[in-house]
Amino acid sequence: MQDQPTASELVEAVADFIRNHAMPQLQGHAAFHARVAANALDIVRRELDVAPAANAEETSRLKALLGTDGPLEDLNRELCRLIEMGEVGLDTPGLKDHLWRTTLTKLSIDQPNYSGYRRALDEEANA
Amino acid sequence: MAGGSNPIEAPLADVVKGHIKGATGISGLKRLSGGASQETWSFDATTAGEPVPLILRRAPDGARPPSETAVGLATEAKLIELAATAGVPVPTVHYVLAKEDGVGDGFIMNRVAGETIARKILRDAEFANARPKLARQCGEILAKLHLIDRATLPPLRISPAESEIAQYRNIYKAHGHPHPVFELALRWLADNTPPPSIAHTLVHGDFRNGNLMIGPDGVRAVLDWEIAHVGDPMEDLGWICVNSWRFGNVDQPVGGFGTREDMFEGYEAAGGGLVNPDRVKFWEVLGTLKWGIMCTIMVTAFKTGADRSVERATIGRRSSETEIDLLRLLAPLA
Repeated sequence: MQDQPTASELVEAVADFIRNHAMPQLQGHAAFHARVAANALDIVRRELDVAPAANAEETSRLKALLGTDGPLEDLNRELCRLIEMGEVGLDTPGLKDHLWRTTLTKLSIDQPNYSGYRRALDEEANA
Repeated sequence: MAGGSNPIEAPLADVVKGHIKGATGISGLKRLSGGASQETWSFDATTAGEPVPLILRRAPDGARPPSETAVGLATEAKLIELAATAGVPVPTVHYVLAKEDGVGDGFIMNRVAGETIARKILRDAEFANARPKLARQCGEILAKLHLIDRATLPPLRISPAESEIAQYRNIYKAHGHPHPVFELALRWLADNTPPPSIAHTLVHGDFRNGNLMIGPDGVRAVLDWEIAHVGDPMEDLGWICVNSWRFGNVDQPVGGFGTREDMFEGYEAAGGGLVNPDRVKFWEVLGTLKWGIMCTIMVTAFKTGADRSVERATIGRRSSETEIDLLRLLAPLA
């Protein structure tokens, strides 16, 4: 167990520093890259907050779907292989739900403002 | 980059004086964009009267093409000239560089005034009257482009659906990171590939926001012909519908500014033949997957150290955007 503040809080503080203190003093390319850097730290913060529980859920969904055990990456490789072979597809119970949950989680970390993600959230609420 | 210290300025001025009527020199030379091997420069030819706004597309001598699928600048110039004859709005090519000009490979064309930045085209009041017309115009332009007689084309890569799929599958597999949604899309594409018997035409290959010069009156020029090839004409209609090019306007599938119906009507009215919406969807799915795979391979340049910029690194975290678009296309919730 690590001490306070949490990794997520530290990253948030650095992103705030870049955005509110460093960036206003920069110009042109440097200012642009500072914005990109702050956005990258936001991804890190969201991943620290969301991924531990989400990866555990993804792993248990994959175990149920594939009937095998293993590390998350290996399970994903096996799923890829079975989809490629045509042995698992959208008519396989649980696949569509699994892909949607996994992808919605990715977007909630990577690009929570992306138009396709916002629309998918609306569609999910109305489904 | 401007100024007398630029090594291409003097030879370019000589070329312009020799080949642009009334030109006395050049001014305002500045680099606009481009990778390490292909460059776009903006400048004016000075004359006794009004300056002539021009663009130089060039690659330094001996530069490798930007990718194995790029057509090369001389071919690009030829395609722009053919497109102009066919009634496609394009810049006028004034001069194709010769080796003895000392400027490299490339050509000089006129600089068309207008806007290419999607967010401005889709939001600014200046384009409010143009926006409702753009989808139909895109259809008309694509019809004219696809009607260009294949016998007149310079040598081009022939790339039907199977080879486009294979090309991107190989890139994805070489990258090695598992993407179950990409696998699902590859499987769907393999199961829904258009038959090889369809008629092939010239395909622009990158017809979308960013490569269309747009003014308050509509589309003024189709730019960036570097990945043109011969293939299924429906490819161009599908690519401009990819959600990544709608820039937030999800409900306007054509470039964020219009409907498929308007584009299809324009296409058929201009003589492009019957649009096949299933094939357009096939190419929208493949286009979405292509952009997703391109995002993932940009990570490779970051990981190998070829480009350690934060910008390059974060593009890899945009491939998930295309995964949600692929799911909305192939496994919709609603």
